Amino acid sequence: MTATLTAGLRDTAAMTRRNLYHYLRVPALITLALTQGVLFVVMFTYVFEGAIQTPGVAYVDYLMPGILVLAVAFGSPNTGVGLAEDLTTGMLDRFRSLPMARPALLAGRTLADAIRNVVVVLLMIGVGYSIGFRFHVGPLATAAAIALPVAVGYVLSWFAALVGLVTGDAETAGTASLLPIIPLVFTSSAFVPINTMPGPLQAWADINPITPIIDAIRALIIGGPTATPVLQATAWLAALAALAIPLAISRYHHATQ
Amino acid sequence: MTRQPAIEAEGLHKRFGTVHALDDVSFAVAPGTILGLLGPNGAGKTTVVKVLTTLIRPDAGSARVAGFDVLAQAAQVRSAVGLAGQQAAVDPLLTGRENLDLIATLHHLGRRETRRRVRELLDRFDLTDAADRRASTYSGGMRRRLDLAASLIGQPHVLVLDEPTAGLDPASRQALWGTIRSLVDQGTTALLTTQYLEEADQLAHDIVVINHGQLVAYGTPEQLKAQVGGHRIELELVNPTDASCALPALQDIAGTSPAVIDPHSGRLIVPITGGAAPTAAVIRALDTAGFDVADLAVRRPTLDDVFVTLTGTATPRDPADPLVVGGSAS
Repeated sequence: MTATLTAGLRDTAAMTRRNLYHYLRVPALITLALTQGVLFVVMFTYVFEGAIQTPGVAYVDYLMPGILVLAVAFGSPNTGVGLAEDLTTGMLDRFRSLPMARPALLAGRTLADAIRNVVVVLLMIGVGYSIGFRFHVGPLATAAAIALPVAVGYVLSWFAALVGLVTGDAETAGTASLLPIIPLVFTSSAFVPINTMPGPLQAWADINPITPIIDAIRALIIGGPTATPVLQATAWLAALAALAIPLAISRYHHATQ
Repeated sequence: MTRQPAIEAEGLHKRFGTVHALDDVSFAVAPGTILGLLGPNGAGKTTVVKVLTTLIRPDAGSARVAGFDVLAQAAQVRSAVGLAGQQAAVDPLLTGRENLDLIATLHHLGRRETRRRVRELLDRFDLTDAADRRASTYSGGMRRRLDLAASLIGQPHVLVLDEPTAGLDPASRQALWGTIRSLVDQGTTALLTTQYLEEADQLAHDIVVINHGQLVAYGTPEQLKAQVGGHRIELELVNPTDASCALPALQDIAGTSPAVIDPHSGRLIVPITGGAAPTAAVIRALDTAGFDVADLAVRRPTLDDVFVTLTGTATPRDPADPLVVGGSAS
């Protein structure tokens, strides 16, 4: 049992390394992700700052959770694109024919993408600092505020993995997993206070899982009661992970060229 | 004493929707031999490969590879089998060495053994100089070699090769044949699918021909060729339109059956019934009757002929496939 676990971790590490090599070999992959993150920080702050009232809070502080989530969400389709490519090039068949731990390919791929997200999130926060963004709570809350968007990206990566394996085509996978992101993030509390939305949209925003996640990150940055939103966010992420991970793994078991 | 077959398929069935990809396919491969799995596109060759390498489960039937059941002992099968699929499955962004390192790590070889095997395989496949270049810079032949090297990392007892030479130039194909032969000489068992009849003829000890998921022939290349007939003399006259006039001159030559005209090529075909080809008698007969021979060849039936006879497929190739090997492409 322990031997199996150790082998599984070693396989995951090998697959993670493979995907991190990709980021090193094609620097455009990471550069574009970073540029996009920086653009989000600067653009959204200066475009919306004057128009959206967030009484008592600097807009950049209010905005940061939303754009962190948006940036990692925009990066998540990559996971599915990579897997669809592995499927069409026969790499996936090769991996599945090896005596390796079966979930290691997906675990390694999603972990590498999570590492990329850590870099993206940290850079965005750094750029945010230069235009007035600040964490207002303690170090623990700050760490949690950084970890939550990364966790969102991780869970979305598993959904993207599922989409990539189901569609089996890189372009379709990319478009399909990008599609729901804008509607999901924009109909949450990410950019504007929910109470400024029309009734039906408000009702949706209230049950949109992105809302409690944004609220939790926001509370961790700005202050105020954190326990309830953080618990809600964690519960949502755990539930979504519990849905996406087994589905993606079971799909992987049958995926072949 | 009979040894246990290295590969054993029994009554394999697989359906994809309404397509019966495998319909009661059974065969066995003796250790240290090569089985050629021959069939037109869509015959079910790749499905057999996927069942044997645990990539898909058969709907019915069973298969054992290196003594392990592909369903009940999939993990052991994966340790014992090396797969080289239809495309060279190498990561273009990694170097040749990194590609092999990755596969060796996933075989759990341990660090020292990994280094040793990788170095040995790079050397064996003539990739040492290119080892630290990205695989995306490799030629098609180099990628194929790297792919085959990757499939050998785990020192498999059984090697499964799905159209290993598709898309290779003739020199690379010859080189790959040599590699496969030497692996088998060292005791590896190989199953290779191919659309190239020449390839099966050159390499395989036994051949399975499948068509529409069904096994239509199974035997040595010689047995299959004997099934469709013996040698023949093929003639082309200087004036090909004379062929039908020349037929009477070729009616009564000892050791032959009466000549016929091949409807495609317009050549004269003289089937040989005896052992040696009575070439001189044929030329003399034509000479006496006043016909000049432009070209003469003694042909053995090719696997092409076997193929056409068994599957009713005129050409076992995808028309889009630019590579045409063998004698009777029509």
